[in-house]
Amino acid sequence: MNIDLVRSFEIFIENFDSFMYGVMMTVLFAIVGTVFGLIIGLLVSGIRAIKIEKTDSEPVKVIKKIAELIIRFYIFVFRGTPMMVQAIFFYYFFRDIFHWTHLEAGLVIIAINTGAYMAEIIRSGIGAIDKGQKEASRSLGLSNVQTLLYIILPQAIRNSFPSIGNQLIVNIKDSSMLNVLPITELFFQTTSIAGSNMQFIETYLITALLYLLLTSLASLALNLFERKMGLAKAHVEMCS
Amino acid sequence: MQEMIKIEGLKKGFEGQHVLKGIDLKLYKGEVMTIIGSSGSGKSTLLRCVNLLEYPDSGHIYFKDQDILAKGFDVNSYRSHVNMVFQSFNLFNNYDVLGNLTLGQIKVLKRSKDEAKEIAIHNLKRVGMQDFMHADVRKLSGGQKQRVAIARALSMSPEIILFDEPTSALDPEMVNEVLRVIKDLADDGLTMMIVTHEMRFAKDVSHKVAFMSEGVISEFGTASEIFEHPKKERTRQFLASLNI
Repeated sequence: MNIDLVRSFEIFIENFDSFMYGVMMTVLFAIVGTVFGLIIGLLVSGIRAIKIEKTDSEPVKVIKKIAELIIRFYIFVFRGTPMMVQAIFFYYFFRDIFHWTHLEAGLVIIAINTGAYMAEIIRSGIGAIDKGQKEASRSLGLSNVQTLLYIILPQAIRNSFPSIGNQLIVNIKDSSMLNVLPITELFFQTTSIAGSNMQFIETYLITALLYLLLTSLASLALNLFERKMGLAKAHVEMCS
Repeated sequence: MQEMIKIEGLKKGFEGQHVLKGIDLKLYKGEVMTIIGSSGSGKSTLLRCVNLLEYPDSGHIYFKDQDILAKGFDVNSYRSHVNMVFQSFNLFNNYDVLGNLTLGQIKVLKRSKDEAKEIAIHNLKRVGMQDFMHADVRKLSGGQKQRVAIARALSMSPEIILFDEPTSALDPEMVNEVLRVIKDLADDGLTMMIVTHEMRFAKDVSHKVAFMSEGVISEFGTASEIFEHPKKERTRQFLASLNI
């Protein structure tokens, strides 16, 4: 089996704009998915971390219990089904209500899907913090929510940073599943180009190299950021 | 003397095991009470119940005549008056020393940053840690960490501090630096409840001593009554085992 590298390069130059548009969309989906997924994950894991206490009133206990059940169901569904299936199901299920475009639906779905994974990542980050810090915070009079915001979550994010970064890399690759909607990300663009020139190996080689370039750049950026974070010293200004 | 804490018939169990089997105690303003006894006698559980880190199964705890177990009682506000110092320090790793001392002041007591900082520095001086204001708490020695933890509690201007075995996790050479700080606080008239295995220290610093055995206060009295003239055989055995 031969790969014509020169032809690959020619295809890349001929379809440069299409490839770049695909790259741009892939980057958009990966970043939006990861950022909003992280926000969802923080919210979800934060709510999960607020346990039912004996001092809670009955309505509060019921609300906490219901929230826990909803969260468990959300994580169960979104981690247990492929994003491709979620994309098609939710797009059509809510199309008549939201009247959303493929792009809007794709961004929402990748964020919610990532949120389920982020929730589990942050949960394990929370689990790595010794419970003594939480007790000390509560014993000073900080509320459950204040303890989460100022003590637990900042450390959980720090503990989970490698896994959070990994999720960005996963999203760069998994955004390709949204081509089913369709979304004109890199994989979709490649399929179109290869469909017209019928030179699949040469075309997909370019795509593979572009994905590698994107994931390598993301890894590099994450490593730099992680190193910077490791040196950063938290200060009381954080809580202002 | 004003009654600060009154405990009546306090019971607490874990998974069917009764740890506290009916505790009655009174702590007065300016008083230093040490709670001694062998491991597993319920000392730490008692202290944690007073701070509501453990919720009692039955009984009553009053703070200045207010029932802290009553429905609707503001637990967070109560805790800002009754702070706790832990065996394992429990400093906040995401803050430097100053951040550890100012967080509670700013968020709970609503003090301004400047005021909180001023109070924090004052208390760091009290425990001899003013030179470590911006230090990473993870890099401090055990004794230094515990002094910061004490300064953190002091910065909340509490009415009572509960000490849960404050020197048990320390190397022997660091024990004295912490005990010296607690002794100074006692001399300043701070109301304290201390769970400790440091019998010499307990004898020296306490106004009242409670000897706990198997979930009850087996003997209660002044330091001299408990250490020099214990009435009960169990207390004598315990002290003898420690060569006191």
